[in-house]
Amino acid sequence: MRLSKRVDVNELYQIRTSGLDLKTIREKLVTARGPRFWQSLEELAETREFKELLFREFPRQASEWVDDEPGRRRFLKLMGASLALAGVTACTRQPDEKILPYVRQPEETIPGKSLYFATAMPLSGVGVGVLAESHQGRPTKLEGNPEHPGSLGGADALTQASVLQLYDPDRLNTLLHYGEVATWNQFSQEMTKVVAAAKLNKGAGLRILTETVGSPTLGAQLRQFLADFPNAKWHQWEPAGAHSARTGAELAFGKPVHTYYKVDNAEVILTLDADFLTTGPGNVRYARNFASRRRVYENGGKMNRLYAVESCPSGTGTMADHRWPMRAGEIQNFAAALAQALGVEVGGLAGGAFRGVPEASMKALAADLGAHKGTSLVVAGEQQPPETHALAHAINAALGNIGTTVLYTEPIETMPVDQVASLKELVADLNSGNVETMLILGGNPVYNAPADLDFAAAMKKAKLRIALCYYDDETSSLCHWQVPEAHYLEAWGDIRAYNGAVSIQQPLIQPLYRGKSAVDLMTFFGPVPEQPAYEVVRAYWQSRTSGDFEAWWRKAVHDGVAPGAAFPAVNVTVKPGWASALRPAALPEMELNFRPDPTVYDGRFANNGWLQELPKPLTKLTWENVALVSVETARELNVQAGDIVELRSGGRSVQAPVWILPGHANRSVTVHLGYGRTRAGRVGNQAGFNAYWLRASARLWSGEDLEIRKTGGRTELACTQSHWKMEGRHPVRAGTLAQYEKDPAFAKAMAHEFPPEITLYPERKYEGYAWGMAIDLGSCNGCNACVIACQAENNIPVVGREQVLAQREMHWIRVDRYFEGDLDNPTAHSQPVLCMHCENAPCEVVCPVAATVHSAEGLNDMVYNRCVGTRYCSNNCPYKVRRFNFLLYADFETEISKMQRNPDVSVRSRGVMEKCTYCVQRINQARIEAKRADREIKDGEVLTACQQTCPTQAIHFGNLNDPNSKVAKLKQEQLNYSLLGELNTRPRTTYLASLRNPHPALAPAGAPESKSHG
Amino acid sequence: MENTSTVKELSLAERERAAVIGPGHTFATITDKIASIVLHEPSPASWWLGLLIGLTLLSGLGLSVGYLLFKGTGIWGINIPVGWGFAIINFVWWIGIGHAGTLISAILLLLKQRWRTSINRFAEAMTLFAVACAAIFPVIHTGRPWLAAYWLFPYPNTMALMPQFRSPLMWDVFAVSTYGTVSLLFWYVGLIPDLATLRDRATAKFQKIAYGILSLGWRGSAVHWHRYETASLLLAGLATPLVLSVHTIVSFDFAVSVIPGWHATIFPPYFVAGAIFSGFAMVVTLSIPIRAIYGLQDFITLKHLENMAKVMLATGWIVFYGYLMEIFIAWYSGNEYERYMMINRQMGPYAPFYWALIFCNGIAPQIFWWKKARTSIPILFIMSIVINIGMWLERFIIVVTSLHRDFLPSSWGMYWPTIWDWMTYAGTLGLFLTLFFLFIRVLPMISIFEMRTIIPQAKVAGVHK
Repeated sequence: MRLSKRVDVNELYQIRTSGLDLKTIREKLVTARGPRFWQSLEELAETREFKELLFREFPRQASEWVDDEPGRRRFLKLMGASLALAGVTACTRQPDEKILPYVRQPEETIPGKSLYFATAMPLSGVGVGVLAESHQGRPTKLEGNPEHPGSLGGADALTQASVLQLYDPDRLNTLLHYGEVATWNQFSQEMTKVVAAAKLNKGAGLRILTETVGSPTLGAQLRQFLADFPNAKWHQWEPAGAHSARTGAELAFGKPVHTYYKVDNAEVILTLDADFLTTGPGNVRYARNFASRRRVYENGGKMNRLYAVESCPSGTGTMADHRWPMRAGEIQNFAAALAQALGVEVGGLAGGAFRGVPEASMKALAADLGAHKGTSLVVAGEQQPPETHALAHAINAALGNIGTTVLYTEPIETMPVDQVASLKELVADLNSGNVETMLILGGNPVYNAPADLDFAAAMKKAKLRIALCYYDDETSSLCHWQVPEAHYLEAWGDIRAYNGAVSIQQPLIQPLYRGKSAVDLMTFFGPVPEQPAYEVVRAYWQSRTSGDFEAWWRKAVHDGVAPGAAFPAVNVTVKPGWASALRPAALPEMELNFRPDPTVYDGRFANNGWLQELPKPLTKLTWENVALVSVETARELNVQAGDIVELRSGGRSVQAPVWILPGHANRSVTVHLGYGRTRAGRVGNQAGFNAYWLRASARLWSGEDLEIRKTGGRTELACTQSHWKMEGRHPVRAGTLAQYEKDPAFAKAMAHEFPPEITLYPERKYEGYAWGMAIDLGSCNGCNACVIACQAENNIPVVGREQVLAQREMHWIRVDRYFEGDLDNPTAHSQPVLCMHCENAPCEVVCPVAATVHSAEGLNDMVYNRCVGTRYCSNNCPYKVRRFNFLLYADFETEISKMQRNPDVSVRSRGVMEKCTYCVQRINQARIEAKRADREIKDGEVLTACQQTCPTQAIHFGNLNDPNSKVAKLKQEQLNYSLLGELNTRPRTTYLASLRNPHPALAPAGAPESKSHG
Repeated sequence: MENTSTVKELSLAERERAAVIGPGHTFATITDKIASIVLHEPSPASWWLGLLIGLTLLSGLGLSVGYLLFKGTGIWGINIPVGWGFAIINFVWWIGIGHAGTLISAILLLLKQRWRTSINRFAEAMTLFAVACAAIFPVIHTGRPWLAAYWLFPYPNTMALMPQFRSPLMWDVFAVSTYGTVSLLFWYVGLIPDLATLRDRATAKFQKIAYGILSLGWRGSAVHWHRYETASLLLAGLATPLVLSVHTIVSFDFAVSVIPGWHATIFPPYFVAGAIFSGFAMVVTLSIPIRAIYGLQDFITLKHLENMAKVMLATGWIVFYGYLMEIFIAWYSGNEYERYMMINRQMGPYAPFYWALIFCNGIAPQIFWWKKARTSIPILFIMSIVINIGMWLERFIIVVTSLHRDFLPSSWGMYWPTIWDWMTYAGTLGLFLTLFFLFIRVLPMISIFEMRTIIPQAKVAGVHK
């Protein structure tokens, strides 16, 4: 509908119903300038869009109006009522709910001081505990919850970035009916009708589609729904869910159980295509436990050992002491052979072919595992078929690992079903016209359902489609009702962690757009429609706890972990003869593997600028997905990085740019899901290609009959680190455990350290604090969590694909990646690089206006106000850690985005240099605390954002003048070295060389460069 | 030197080549010829064409600087790691070009190289205009030029904030502003007697008034001449160290840093030689068309051009020696970063530019060993362009190849200029051309009174030794 040109209320009321240009309105809404959106009547009355919204909120009165002869009094009456009512609905009334139990001490909110609240971030039905930092009611940053078993204080990149999702200007910000603004009352009436109809026919024709449900409360609601409406059905579809793990456990044990690991108990670990350290449930916990066994200096000179067999190089693979690239399809055969070597019965799975692991290695591996009964661990990756999972279970059982390194519980998802079968059933019902009403509670099946099911066409056959959706996305835009979904920071809920522990999710802010949660919507089917989710969650847990519920509840909400609610471990035994009917996997000529994207995941984070611009581990690509191939395969296909190829599988094809990843398995192509969105929002639209289009329901993680054809096209890919090699230099220093035992200081000898006594100038004394950092490269797996944590903490802008191509990304901390050794199977190293805070900082002497200066505590401070932007400091920085605002990168326009900003850190404007400050705002906060208590800042009191979130605890920060501080002790370690120390910059940030622990009988994969220093 | 014709029996052609002024000129003909270009002759079509080209390019400068101020330095190709690009390359290039003017007017004056007389005025003008072009860049290349324009100067302020005097950029500010001031004064003082001549010969009222004011009441009295000579000498004395100091300080922008390829003690002499090298090339580039257009072959003779070719040959060798020394030191230092830098220059992605530079500045000028080449107008003109390109490439190589791959391979990158880089560069060429064409239209491009001193009559009269 075209609005009348003049802003005239009379004319406005004469508008008849027709297609409303909602897109424009929404865009205007989100980009509107001024302090707040619809929270004041004045604003509502003044802007045309709001008047229109207002008009749409009361269609009945308005449509009566059109027919009537508009008398002046009546008009004014209605007008006044409308405005008043609009005010009532717009200013959300504060509910009588207690949502502020404190995690840290302050008794009252103090302006300028942030508070922390425990909650949990859900992803694919699994929760990770977080502490959300709240500045005067605005959640600005998430940190891991030290008390949550899945976090222990760490948080991964996706969790860190999820706060940006809350303030996404492209969120669905109003309830829509047929694409037009509708009221909650209208929707409520519709739901009442749906429920009334369902009561008559016991829910025949009523279908609910959810993602994997890991919330006990929502699960209970859905089960109750199924009990109350026996003809209704509940389907689940989680595109990157634990499908193989679920089926694999059933295959081995005959019943669905959930598997989790105690990585810290394992001395020898084998991963079968599992990237358990950086992705999937529990990855943060696993990474920490794994790293804790890597640090020789903390473990009396001992290290665990990791073997990795994988098709596509992963963060876990880079940590491996032995890594063998193997096609995903062969790994099952390899696992069967290994199982046989360990004396495990593999039935019909025996004898499958695999390449890539030499006989001697296989023997050594089997012997190593066999020698560590009860302290070994075999992990199968989700992208492996169920058979590999079952084999892993069998091997773990045979090695006596169950109960020590592998634990089983009841499924943490509330209804473990074969989701593909579930979705197929739904599509069949839809196609046969049996579905009257379809309720989609989250998820985006039109985009991410297996392509052969043609979900979009089937869905359109449901007569009434209701979507609870976060965006006006591919799925919800095809629905009659679009109900804005609440972010997890806006709603009450609960979620189970990777090990079955329960977290109560508490809201930190009123829903920005009056969003609802799935729990809210399910109350329509319950005894009390529209019962607040707070009450629903409380009631659920009240019925499941004994004793003083109020005390239990307060503790659960406060701690972020519900006491006594975790699942106990269950005993399982491998079903004898489980594999007798199975056969070895057949091998295609060229295999195609699907993986959830390391940054945008299954596509749900496609509109998240932080994640889009986060360089993906190993490839360092941003803003797009690619077809990953090995060096050898690229040669066979005669393609270069950036060449566009056509991938054809299952009769469907997509065009994808090629990227060559050393260490990838040969004759195998990996594509990441989550790109090629068409209705993601302004950030995610049209980025990359849609790999779901090739994904069929028969095999979720691999495509069949892949054909690759060069198209002749080329594209430039936005890569932040194009250089692979170290060029004989030693930015990353690595050795083996044996080398370390022989010469603990081997890393220091790899380059000349500049002798501190050679100087003309008197030694500078640092009285008081001397801040410094030590980064353990042996722990870092390149997961990128620190990059996003820094971005959230320090208001770092997103610059966009074009600017990344121009090499102008703004990250203050970057994770450098180097390959070393054999091109087909290199060792990869990750190195977080941030400002070194050099004592002899080359940047400081060259700044003509003294905009970068040294603090008395050794910080290299950047004075934004003084900077004129000559960029001389960046040129003269040997580490190239300085970042320049070449254009106006910070968003000063979008009001809603401003809510995320950290008020303790300036937002930098155009023409100003910026860089890591060692989180000086955190130092100062701690200083204020310490001064008030008349004491020194304690070790560990200041955690930089990167350090705080690091899942592996690779980063340590503290006072170097305190000999007892952790960082001072680490700097005393023999492994400690300075990056480019030979330049006499005297960096305050130093690194601990990384160690590997190869099997003594085997040559380490990609032996470290033997060339010593020059 | 000026009396060669009287000493030896030479062929006419040889005499013409050897002379610094053509035969048959008297005081009057010199004055007439030079002054009438300004006062009476209509501007030739080529002048209009040149000015038009200059103004067109200049409008491009306006557009690109306007867009730059509106949008930010991100419109250029610079990035991290290559934080400096065309702006600094062009700054150094223009500053270098300016050096020839000062060398000709100051050092050659002190050394009594009288052949300099006819080229000295416009070489000095060239200096001024080149400094003007150069001075644009340090300001606009900053992220916040509106602040940089005055924060870089030590002015008293309530915050008691001074610039950071350890920074070579700070030294640049003083070096370049001093250089600009002294050059302007020197040039203007030298113009005063000629301005008076123009005042006296002008017929139009406006010209009379304008030249009258500018000539500061010059009457040509002995006192005036005495003071003039003293001021000239003093200014020449002041300007002489500047020829060495300005480019030395510009080279410090690089030499003081830690970046391999920049961090080199050879930079000051090698920069100064390069500056004179490129400056003379620019003088040749300008004088060849001018003498053809205005028929000034009598004043700017082959002798001048040949001498300038000799200077280019000599300074070219200093520069080439610098290149060879860079290679030697990179190897001899045993420093892996230095070695890589040199290998990367020669074999990396910018290798074609490096070899083009070696050809332009090292190989091609060797043609000047031959007198035939030194006295061939086409060869001289082509060579002057080649050397200008070569010297621009030198700065490109120094700035870009050093930065784009420094210490940590993880942050290596590439630099390519954008359309806005080119427009800004071309725009300063436009500014230079515009100023130069306006200069030759309104001021005597050759010093009238000094030219009068080199004809035989002057000697006979004993005015000058």
